[in-house]
Amino acid sequence: MARRAQPLGAAPGLGAAAFVAALILGALAAVALRAEAGRGLGPSDWAAVRFTLVQAALSAGFSVALAVPVARALARRRFSGRRALIALMGAPFILPVIVAVLGLLAVFGRTGWVSTALGWAGLPPLQIYGLHGVVLAHVFFNLPLATRLILQGWQEIPAERFRLAAHLGAGPGAMRRLLEYPMLMRVAPGALAVVFAICLTSFAVALTLGGGPRATTIELAIYQAFRFDFDLGRAALLSCIQIALTGLAALAALRAARTEGAGGGLDRALRRWDAQGRAAKLLDAGVIALAAVFLILPLAAIVSAGAPALVALPASVWRAALFSGGVAVVSTCLLLALALPMAAAVAAGRRAGVELAGLLGLAASPLVIGTGLFIVLYPLADPFALALPVTALVNALMALPFALRILVPRAVQVVDRYGRLGLALDMAGWPFVRRVLLARMRPQIGFAAGLAAALSMGDLGVIALFADAEQATLPLQIYRLMGAYRMQAASGAALLLLLLSVAAFWILDRGGRGHAEI
Amino acid sequence: MLRFEDVTIRNGAFTVTADLAIEAGRRVAVIGPSGAGKSTLIEAIAGFLPVIAGRITWKGRDISHTPPGKRPVAMLFQDGNLFPHLSVAQNVGLGLRPDLRLDAGQKDRVARAIDRVGLTGMEGRRPAALSGGQQSRAALARVLVQARPLLLLDEPFAALGPALKADMLDLVAGLVRETGATLLMVSHDPGDARRIADQVIVVEGGRAHPPGDTAALLDDPPPALRDYLG
Repeated sequence: MARRAQPLGAAPGLGAAAFVAALILGALAAVALRAEAGRGLGPSDWAAVRFTLVQAALSAGFSVALAVPVARALARRRFSGRRALIALMGAPFILPVIVAVLGLLAVFGRTGWVSTALGWAGLPPLQIYGLHGVVLAHVFFNLPLATRLILQGWQEIPAERFRLAAHLGAGPGAMRRLLEYPMLMRVAPGALAVVFAICLTSFAVALTLGGGPRATTIELAIYQAFRFDFDLGRAALLSCIQIALTGLAALAALRAARTEGAGGGLDRALRRWDAQGRAAKLLDAGVIALAAVFLILPLAAIVSAGAPALVALPASVWRAALFSGGVAVVSTCLLLALALPMAAAVAAGRRAGVELAGLLGLAASPLVIGTGLFIVLYPLADPFALALPVTALVNALMALPFALRILVPRAVQVVDRYGRLGLALDMAGWPFVRRVLLARMRPQIGFAAGLAAALSMGDLGVIALFADAEQATLPLQIYRLMGAYRMQAASGAALLLLLLSVAAFWILDRGGRGHAEI
Repeated sequence: MLRFEDVTIRNGAFTVTADLAIEAGRRVAVIGPSGAGKSTLIEAIAGFLPVIAGRITWKGRDISHTPPGKRPVAMLFQDGNLFPHLSVAQNVGLGLRPDLRLDAGQKDRVARAIDRVGLTGMEGRRPAALSGGQQSRAALARVLVQARPLLLLDEPFAALGPALKADMLDLVAGLVRETGATLLMVSHDPGDARRIADQVIVVEGGRAHPPGDTAALLDDPPPALRDYLG
């Protein structure tokens, strides 16, 4: 059967998809073959599995439960700064984990602001290390995401329904039963599943705030088996468990979550006729203020703690920043080299295989891929010498699912709208790609590249597996400074990392939108 | 001569059949109820829909399986005829070189075409900075530089007001007279056909009938056309 004529070829995209699939599946196969299943799981392994599940469940539960009132308040109130707050809710995505952890320590740590205040009242300081610290950090990262997902549910209730309900004289209780509970029943499971899946693969948070036999995630256990014991068999076995868990959770999340939450339209305030009472208004104001303070305080803490140290950073930090910048550049280029042809292939009608390859990155965690690549590389080359290239590659693979979410719909739209005109003008192939597809996708390319660069810049994952004492990216260097109790220098470096990540995102995103062509 | 030899065109689950010939240099309106297959017929000539039986020939050469860009065809669609991120001159230039590497002579041709459609001075503008009528003119300037012997119009002026549409049809009539191109245009409006076309092809129920003289057909329509015209 003849396919419809297309202005661009699918071959490069199919090649990129095959490369991604081969890399990820190859790493997984290497892990599976290397795993010493006969040895079974020791008590500490079971403890890691249990802890992983418990912290992910708690993190998801708290994030979503707290997100409901925040989303409701944002959905039914209009105030100046609302757009900025909603934009801020997207920021944790590009916020390096290690920066947030340092910020949380500065606020909630033993010598943090809250503990100091408690001390004045004669109370003992907070204890942040362990399960509750891990959950706190996860809520910090995922409360905004859950809020955006649920807010989207609220915004998708057609305004006419609220009007109709108001017309029928529905009070707050009736409004909830008629409109809001059904929506939450639809949206909340998806949000829970997404946050749960994200927290399952938590590494950097567990590395910094967890640790010890009672607070070790599987990812962290893989790292420890690898770094401390160099027990590849055990690392591989743990990786297999992690693959099974993340694979299942990713499937559940994909099934339950209809939308990504990065979508537009969130800055539209619904006109509402209910909840005009004084108590409801106060409640919403309080909820919004609390959420804003919870999100802004740690960032403010990093800025205030880091600024004085910024002028006197050790040379090792600048060196690490240079490495991080290089890794981010390479990773972003790799990502675009993979994602753009894949998006073009989907737009040319080859959806199934390409999108599946794109989703593989969700099912595998960075440390599992890293372990797999290490097992493959070990007999061939010195993996430690390849630490930076491998980090760039794994970062690109991890950013791929997000990049495809951003690029594919636009590519499909462009080909839909201009494909025939391009064909009629004999532009098929490179002229169409250059003059039409890339030109019209600039904003999306900039956004995806910005995300990829920021994610790579702030990533503390696979680099921790591979790096030797000589080389470190900036996040790893911050972790080492923390380990050496040089908190002042760590804060300064964290502020530098925050600035670099935000700058990378801003420059690329702006570059895409600058001279915006309508 | 554009010939449809027992042609069946597939458009999803829907097919259109045609067995007819159009003489070179004619101006032909394709009319009929919506959903009857007018656009399907035009898109098959342009190469966007597959011919699953029979063949389409132009001057004796089978073009049924030629890629769209290689056919002797210039086409204007209902909308989206200009790339919004390219200037008028670039949009017109695409008619000469899809990669826009124009030499001095080609640039000169672009300028003359823009002048011919009355857009002098607007070469550097983006389509968004043009009115609807000016956008149509820019697209026609590209048709002019393409200089293909077949011009297909799939109601590109449908969104324009009546006076502007009449202007555009007159401009099209002028252009095809100058170039000697064969014109096929889809239309809902018998007035359009009378204004510009000397022949009419009626498409109804998935079948394209051979062309007939415009005045004769519209003055004394066969039953299928009569139902449509009301």
